[in-house]
Amino acid sequence: MSEEIAAAAVETAEKAGMLGLGEATLDAVLGYLVVFIGLSLLMVVVIIAGKIMVSRQKKEAAAPATAAPAAALAPAVSAAPKELAPGSAGEVKIYDTDPRDAAMIMAIVANKLGKPLNELRFVSIKEVKEA
Amino acid sequence: MLESLGNLVMDSGFAHILIADGWKNLVMIAIACVLLYLGIKKQYEPLLMVGIAVGCLLANVSSLSNTDALYHQNLWDAFLDHNSPYYHSYGYIMANGGLIDILYIGVKAGIYPCLIFIGIGAMTDFGPLISNPTSLLLGAAAQFGVFFAFFGANLLGFTGNEAASIGIIGGADGPTAILTTTKLAPHLLGPIAVAAYSYMALIPMIQPPLMKALTTEKERKVKMEQLREVGKTEKILFPIIVTIFVVLLLPSTAPLIGCLMFGNLLKETGVTDRLSDVAQNALMNIVTLFLGISVGATMVGSNFLNIQTIYIVILGLIAFSFSTIGGLLVGKLMYRLSGGKINPLIGSAGVSAVPMAARVSQKVGQKENPSNFLLMHAMGPNVAGVIGSAIAAGFLMSVFG
Repeated sequence: MSEEIAAAAVETAEKAGMLGLGEATLDAVLGYLVVFIGLSLLMVVVIIAGKIMVSRQKKEAAAPATAAPAAALAPAVSAAPKELAPGSAGEVKIYDTDPRDAAMIMAIVANKLGKPLNELRFVSIKEVKEA
Repeated sequence: MLESLGNLVMDSGFAHILIADGWKNLVMIAIACVLLYLGIKKQYEPLLMVGIAVGCLLANVSSLSNTDALYHQNLWDAFLDHNSPYYHSYGYIMANGGLIDILYIGVKAGIYPCLIFIGIGAMTDFGPLISNPTSLLLGAAAQFGVFFAFFGANLLGFTGNEAASIGIIGGADGPTAILTTTKLAPHLLGPIAVAAYSYMALIPMIQPPLMKALTTEKERKVKMEQLREVGKTEKILFPIIVTIFVVLLLPSTAPLIGCLMFGNLLKETGVTDRLSDVAQNALMNIVTLFLGISVGATMVGSNFLNIQTIYIVILGLIAFSFSTIGGLLVGKLMYRLSGGKINPLIGSAGVSAVPMAARVSQKVGQKENPSNFLLMHAMGPNVAGVIGSAIAAGFLMSVFG
């Protein structure tokens, strides 16, 4: 009798679109696995693509270096390193940011860290937009 | 004269407050005012929250006043009724609907979430993710809450479709939650949208206690190495590769991933700057306006005030919390495997909510070590979370759709 009631309950639940405990667990585990496997495979693809791009960039960078001896005297003047301001640690790369905003950000960071600006090295400043 | 005055009073919305379900509309008007307060004063996702609140306010005021000028619940009931001659008839809605009904077609047909994804794609820099692809694992880990809440919703008696829609709140991605719910459980759209956007706004309060509880001081202090610079070609290839790979893997993700990557391609090509600008600003703003007001209009008292809404609010919080926990735990695992080079705090940014979750990682990390800048490192898992939640939604839609 109780088996009949249980079977009827399962049938009613199925009709209503409800999942049993086992099926819900299976769907949840399977779903999480699909997300993990999908993104792991994507990670592999992105790593491979990245490696190819980096090696291409290295080859491109090496090509002018090998061509340099043939170019004789002329490049000697142009290849001279750009003179940096006294105390400078190099140049900061700015993406999607107004130079004045970048200057302000660097000043704020220096102030927050309590260190003089010329003791810090900023590599790049990039705007992060609100989605 | 007196009879006319009496009729006027009886026809007013105030008289209907005391009749039948009128009190429910009154409660919804109060809720709309609270949402307006949260959006305007507290600035909780104001761009959407204000629209949702006004939509809710208008729908309930109209309902009390018996003025069907803006939104007709009965039209949408017929639209969803298998036995109605107007089942899935957009023509019937167009012919008889008001302003919000017409706008709501964009939600129902899944157009707005996709358009928003084009805008999000155009705003997103995938550079941090491309330079550190292992971030994708953190984005995957942080979908834990989606499936945990899905399981919990099943236990509470929701159907599979409803549980899937509730679970996706844990993806912390409003458009994905709206698209999934529209496809699987349209009657729950109001509470799910409000829960998703409210919790996204509350991320700075939900995540830090979990981050501190699950990580040690030493882990939080880890300084990560500078990310490698990503070239333009890589950035152009990335959206193309992701579209081909993910859509082939899980075709049901095509609307979300396709639009996200299309928007990103517009940004990165360098030859479609005008289109990228429109996607980031004008298009995004117009769609946000339409989406907010039409989703808010679904929050009519008779549909919203029930025990299911309370369950959804609780399950939404559980989903967000467990997504954060999932990201942090895999972050800790990566900390161990990398010999202490990865700060586990960036794991919590694996829930989407771009860029708020990444900002929280930055803030908590900097609190422990003022010279630590985790923002760009956390942006990797953060944008990976957008892809992860789209894949989770795609899986749920293909199983239950």
